[in-house]
Amino acid sequence: MHPPRLGAVTRTHEVTYMRIGIDVGGTNTDAVLLDGNSVLAETKTATSADVTSGIVNAIDQLRHARPFEPAAIKAVMIGTTHFINAIVEADRLSPTAALRLGLPATASLPPLVGWPDRLIKAINGQGYLCHGGHEFDGRLISPLDRSELLRVIEDIHTRGIRSVAISSVFSPVNAELEQEVASLVLEQVPGVHVSMSHEIGRMGLLERENATIINACLRELAEQVCIGLAATLREAGFAAPLYLSQNDGTLMDVDYAREYPVATFASGPTNSMRGAAFLSGLETCAVVDVGGTTSDVGILQSGFPREATAEVNVGGVRTNFRMPDVLSVGIGGGSRVRVHNDDVTVGPDSVGYRLRDEAYVFGGHTLTATDLAVASGQAEVGDPALVAKLDPTQVRAGLDHMAAKVAEVVDRMRTSPTPLPVALVGGGSILLPDELDGAAKVLRPDHFAVANAIGAAIAQIGGEVDRIFAVAPGKRDDVLDTAKQEAVDRAVAAGAEPASVEIVDVEEVPIAYLPGNATRIRVRAVGDLTLRDL
Amino acid sequence: MAFDITIDDLGDLVRGAALLGTGGGGDPAIGHTLVVEALRDRGTITVIDPDELSDDDFVIPTALMGAPSVLVERLPRGSEPVDALRALESHTGHTATATMPIESGGINSTIPLFVAAQLGIPVVDADGMGRAFPELQMETFAVYGVNGSPLAIADEHGHTAIVDTAANNKKMENWARALTIKMGGVGYIAEYGMSGAAVRRTAIPRTLSLALRLGRTIREAREQHRDPVEALSDVLSETLYHHGEVIFTGKIVDVERTTVEGFTRGTARIAGFDDDADCAVDFQNEYLVARIGNRTRVLVPDLITILHLETGEPITAETLRYGQRVRVFAISTPEMMRTPEALETFGPAAFGLTENFVPFEQLAEAVVR
Repeated sequence: MHPPRLGAVTRTHEVTYMRIGIDVGGTNTDAVLLDGNSVLAETKTATSADVTSGIVNAIDQLRHARPFEPAAIKAVMIGTTHFINAIVEADRLSPTAALRLGLPATASLPPLVGWPDRLIKAINGQGYLCHGGHEFDGRLISPLDRSELLRVIEDIHTRGIRSVAISSVFSPVNAELEQEVASLVLEQVPGVHVSMSHEIGRMGLLERENATIINACLRELAEQVCIGLAATLREAGFAAPLYLSQNDGTLMDVDYAREYPVATFASGPTNSMRGAAFLSGLETCAVVDVGGTTSDVGILQSGFPREATAEVNVGGVRTNFRMPDVLSVGIGGGSRVRVHNDDVTVGPDSVGYRLRDEAYVFGGHTLTATDLAVASGQAEVGDPALVAKLDPTQVRAGLDHMAAKVAEVVDRMRTSPTPLPVALVGGGSILLPDELDGAAKVLRPDHFAVANAIGAAIAQIGGEVDRIFAVAPGKRDDVLDTAKQEAVDRAVAAGAEPASVEIVDVEEVPIAYLPGNATRIRVRAVGDLTLRDL
Repeated sequence: MAFDITIDDLGDLVRGAALLGTGGGGDPAIGHTLVVEALRDRGTITVIDPDELSDDDFVIPTALMGAPSVLVERLPRGSEPVDALRALESHTGHTATATMPIESGGINSTIPLFVAAQLGIPVVDADGMGRAFPELQMETFAVYGVNGSPLAIADEHGHTAIVDTAANNKKMENWARALTIKMGGVGYIAEYGMSGAAVRRTAIPRTLSLALRLGRTIREAREQHRDPVEALSDVLSETLYHHGEVIFTGKIVDVERTTVEGFTRGTARIAGFDDDADCAVDFQNEYLVARIGNRTRVLVPDLITILHLETGEPITAETLRYGQRVRVFAISTPEMMRTPEALETFGPAAFGLTENFVPFEQLAEAVVR
């Protein structure tokens, strides 16, 4: 809803390296050109249905704002809510089967248990329970039954299912059965996609399996989007590597994203929170990201997004992803405004990406939140003359309604009585006033409209260790320290600023069937990308 | 008073049960989903007060035994607890008129509901631990004179065994544990079959309705923007568990956890936010002892719970994770669990701890930070 703000914002004398950060949201595609920590240009364009042409537009506009040679760009980082939106909207998903190995155990809670019907229908979801699975100590629950598997695979084939999620009891301890069945599926059903749970999640069969099914039903979409993105950038003359933001704020390359789209899931809120922290300089605050349809509120604590509790529902599915704790309310730039006598309500429905056709200020016939902001003089978008006749009392009532709704959500996210400062980001934040009830202060940092794209561009870099260690009695601390140091070293080698590296996750899985107290140890370290080079 | 439990109550019930489960008692999400699926066919489950039992009612408690870290992977087939109950009925020749939890916890408060939903019998609003404990002899039933034996145990293959060790409840635990290990670390049991009169004499009363109330308190506090632990302390002060208090706040920096001898054992270390203080919580399925620095702060059978810092959701020992921001919240155990004979059965010495039990509200005086 913002006209692209053109022109250089900050200039530095020395070029360290330039990179482009892009955020593909449901309504807008934002792009920023960064040189080191300086924002050289920012743009906002409408998201296209095919994702890629919107990105081409965004990059063209960036070049228009601040000419550069594609060869000078050292990296392109993309954050997208495209995949999580596909789940939430139950749209663009592939027909998917969930094949679990574990019978006779686990039958009381079959695959897809607790999933919303709408989503099961959208993926034509078929759950299959087969014999197999391990005990914690490496024994088999029951051996694989080849004829049972062949019957199931034939059924999968006949139903035209194109993606299969395979899970097996205790596969984080022993992945052999998942691998064996994956080979069998690939051999019997040419061209099918296979996702294996041991590559996707941690201990906890249902949550790991759910994440695997989500990954599976996104595989075709991910392939299409990722191939499209890579080809588009190549054609535009970019030789720089293309990365996608992951849930924890780090990057993955585009080939990895094709196979593991689920890893991009929470990147939207993570990017917006990290972008807001970067722009505002605040360590502890509430971040309100106002888009076209919703306002998303998260909390920054000591510079890190507050994490949601163990149970994270995505589109009604229980998972154990680590995600920022975000609460949304249906207030955005495209929210519909309704007037009944003196009563003015805004949202929760929105005209979304059709804002530029439907809003009054763009010559349309739907009264939207953006029209109120323009009428009050709070924002300058479109043609103010088209909203000049709105009743000022009603305009004020609508704006107050929005401010109160957002303040209420900020209040709900607060866990102590102390008021928090609030950082407003996102293009729609022009809807909100400079004061909010219960906020210590309200900040609107520079480049607030493209905080997500900046979050993508300042992405972090991770280092991971995941292998089996022999843990001699009394030596656990030493072994863990070794593993942690290795993860830190890997993050630094990959380009993380050494002083910024933190251990973010440690998981130990005892492998009881191997001698010598064998333990699978996974450690993940994350740090800020150094500005030297990639 | 009897009351009905519907699908809508289950979220609060398992949340409160997980709190009383003091880190153990099984994964609340699995307990929740199991009963939701069972209630789809049957609408409601009737919970009756111990005072509503007649003397000749025959109550057979049902439960899961084993390592919670195994349960989250090897989910039940669904037939196991009823198989165990049927095996005990045919062994004893008595038919159960009701079932009952042996402990409070995310899964073990719900297994009896799951059984009740399948069989159409009521569940008694009481249990034998008032919290969760790792071993089967650690029951007020046992402390006050009911034998655990005979016990029936079932696996997912439909196989059952009967353990009968007469009045030796510790031996019953050992034998049943050996079977559980052979079953892969989790088995489903029916034990402590008793009359309605014995329930009234030996059980901790009204723990299901308490779990429901505590779970609702946490949810409502969150919705009303109140500190959940303050709200919990207020509610607890009106119950047998009279005192609740936060003893430490910080970030989990280490979780050591192994599955041994049919238990999940380990230690969680929590670092304070503002200073160098640290808190270590040892567990054997359940949290047993919390130490701050070198000082013992809370000892079994007082309840130690670990709650998400912001939401107050209880975290079980198998879902503790590096980086979680938490509060350690202690709850005093009911007086009938602090008697000398009770402490002999499930006091510190029963877990190999050398400290003498001191109620944590008294230890509080000693450690002022």
